[in-house]
Amino acid sequence: MPRRLLRDRQIVVDAWRYSSEAVDDPLAPLIVTFDQWQTGRDSWLARGSRLGVLLLPADNVEQLAADLRYFSLIAAQFSGPSEGRGYSQGRLLRERWNFKGELRAAGYVRRDQLFFLARCGFNSFELSDADIEDAATAFSTFTAAYQPSNDLGLAVKLARDIPASA
Amino acid sequence: MNERVAQFRDQTRRFLAGSLSEDEFRHLRLRNGLYIQRHAPMLRVALPYGLLSSTQLRTLGKIARRYDRGYGHFTTRQNIQFNWPKLEEVPDILAMLAEVEMHAIQTSGNCIRNTTSDHLAGITPDELEDPRPWCELIRQWSTFHPEFTYLPRKFKIAVTGAPKDRAASQVHDVGVHIVRGPNGDLGFEILAGGGLGRTPVIGHVVRKFLPREHLLSYLEAILRIYNLEGRRDNLNKARIKILVRALGVEEFTKRVEAEWQRIKDGSLRVDDAEVARMRRFFDPPAYRVLPNTSPDAGKSAAFRAWYRYNTNAHKVPGYRAVYVSLKKPDVAPGDATDSQMELLADLADRYSFGEIRVTHTQNLLLADVEQDRTHELWQILENAGLATPNIGTLTDMICCPGLDFCSLANAGSIDVAKLINERFDDYDYVYDLGELDLKMSGCMNACGHHHVGNIGILGVDKGGEEWYQITIGGAAGSDASLGTVIGPSVAKLEVAETIARLLDVYVEQRHPDERFLDTVRRLGVKPFKERVYAAPIAA
Repeated sequence: MPRRLLRDRQIVVDAWRYSSEAVDDPLAPLIVTFDQWQTGRDSWLARGSRLGVLLLPADNVEQLAADLRYFSLIAAQFSGPSEGRGYSQGRLLRERWNFKGELRAAGYVRRDQLFFLARCGFNSFELSDADIEDAATAFSTFTAAYQPSNDLGLAVKLARDIPASA
Repeated sequence: MNERVAQFRDQTRRFLAGSLSEDEFRHLRLRNGLYIQRHAPMLRVALPYGLLSSTQLRTLGKIARRYDRGYGHFTTRQNIQFNWPKLEEVPDILAMLAEVEMHAIQTSGNCIRNTTSDHLAGITPDELEDPRPWCELIRQWSTFHPEFTYLPRKFKIAVTGAPKDRAASQVHDVGVHIVRGPNGDLGFEILAGGGLGRTPVIGHVVRKFLPREHLLSYLEAILRIYNLEGRRDNLNKARIKILVRALGVEEFTKRVEAEWQRIKDGSLRVDDAEVARMRRFFDPPAYRVLPNTSPDAGKSAAFRAWYRYNTNAHKVPGYRAVYVSLKKPDVAPGDATDSQMELLADLADRYSFGEIRVTHTQNLLLADVEQDRTHELWQILENAGLATPNIGTLTDMICCPGLDFCSLANAGSIDVAKLINERFDDYDYVYDLGELDLKMSGCMNACGHHHVGNIGILGVDKGGEEWYQITIGGAAGSDASLGTVIGPSVAKLEVAETIARLLDVYVEQRHPDERFLDTVRRLGVKPFKERVYAAPIAA
């Protein structure tokens, strides 16, 4: 069953495969783990396909900074409802190292997180089928925000001037 | 805010309809201040830096009557809790709060909580600057912060602007102190890693002086290091104090500074216009030009005692700050009824520019009362049971809701408070003891701040029975320190006698004008311990 996800606010079928999944097409775009990348970068590069990397919550995103040019996708793994390191990883990738490719939230992702994830720069989301149809509305949960962030996953610009007592 | 109410209404609907699991809904409801407690859900409402308008207090009174059992509980973090709402009614309560610009956002959950401050902010003669504009700046920055909404654990910030610390800032995850820098400019001293709970720690200074324009970028740097490196494998080791201890203050500070260097001149820089905008929310009310008077001269002893203990100096001549004591002997500390809230809203309109403040010691404050009207105000408060003249004394106890309400507690605290009140009902004795704070928590989560009480009482469970561990020598002010356990815990009926014995040692050994805390610091725990355990207590 092909994986569906929400990318740039559209439901699409995912063309990417994880290295842990069966891959028929040797040129299919492939997502490797950060660990696999660090130990075998040359062999992954020799594959000749588009490459993505999966960051686990404890991975130090700074160690990836010099390699960003090799990746057209970075996925951050959320291991459960209380996992929040991916939010910082996302902002750093977008704002500090200027990553322009697809930034994907993987693992435990629910629609209630989408607004914040989008504000941290995530533009694609692996959601369960139960959540995916309704999830598109989550990006307009709030129409204003107090603090600057990159907002790269949102379609609209948020108002910044909220009265103090609101 | 209406958008947030709509979001939570939908989340509650999905939970009740079965499409959100218990665990998933827990993470969402906690972000809206909703706990599931011993008897019913508990809803905590945010009162930013403890400030309330009379209209807002009236609404809280109405909620207490309509959705609760006729009262609310004011907390040590300057919020209010309702202990009996029904889950399906919570969205309606939130909608009612939203009408008066109130909410329960980020009053629980692993996010940045309500920023607290000095309840005398803006009116106390000893302050360098009003801290509330900075609290408001932090409040705005931290509300729905996209990066810091799923932290390893909760995160509490307190800001003070006076040398005397009335906000327990040294036992917060971050304490912000307004200080004067080397060039005479005002800026901030930043503390991190303080906290109570299982592992009490006094906060460490991570920066002696931070220029004011960098406040938010510095906080963002601290939060980012904490979010990425704080422990998530063990709930009891997830607070920032554990990270600071594991890395060492020096290494922690180094990482924060390195992160800050990379963001300090970015979009979080606070310019003068923004500071001015924040300050306008706290413009002083239209004070009248009045002479200073002595309203207690020639009045009854009862009024004079109240005036001495329950009112505070004001920086504007002719005005006085008036405490409304929520520590009546037979009432749970911090509780106010619906009709008391409505009365106080009216009194705020009549006597104090329509504003009420919540203190970190669980009392209320009418901040701007004309000195010559304090006597008539006292009479009204006295009739309403809100003038117990005990602010800052032994019976002005800080106390969590305890076993009676909280699902976490090991032991009751409200009934112990009652026993202590019954034992120490002689005001002359209590006044003679002078400045003394007693803090009590029903479990080691330390909501009652027992570690930093001059006398601290902690409820423990011993084979299904409620026992109490006593500490002495803690302090929450500028000279913050953690109390020392005096010895084995005591049974509920022995608590009051234990305290009486501690106080006997103090009364016998004190130097003239020496506070209980200072006597403990001078003598150490030993003489106190010896007295308490010398003879068994007859139950």
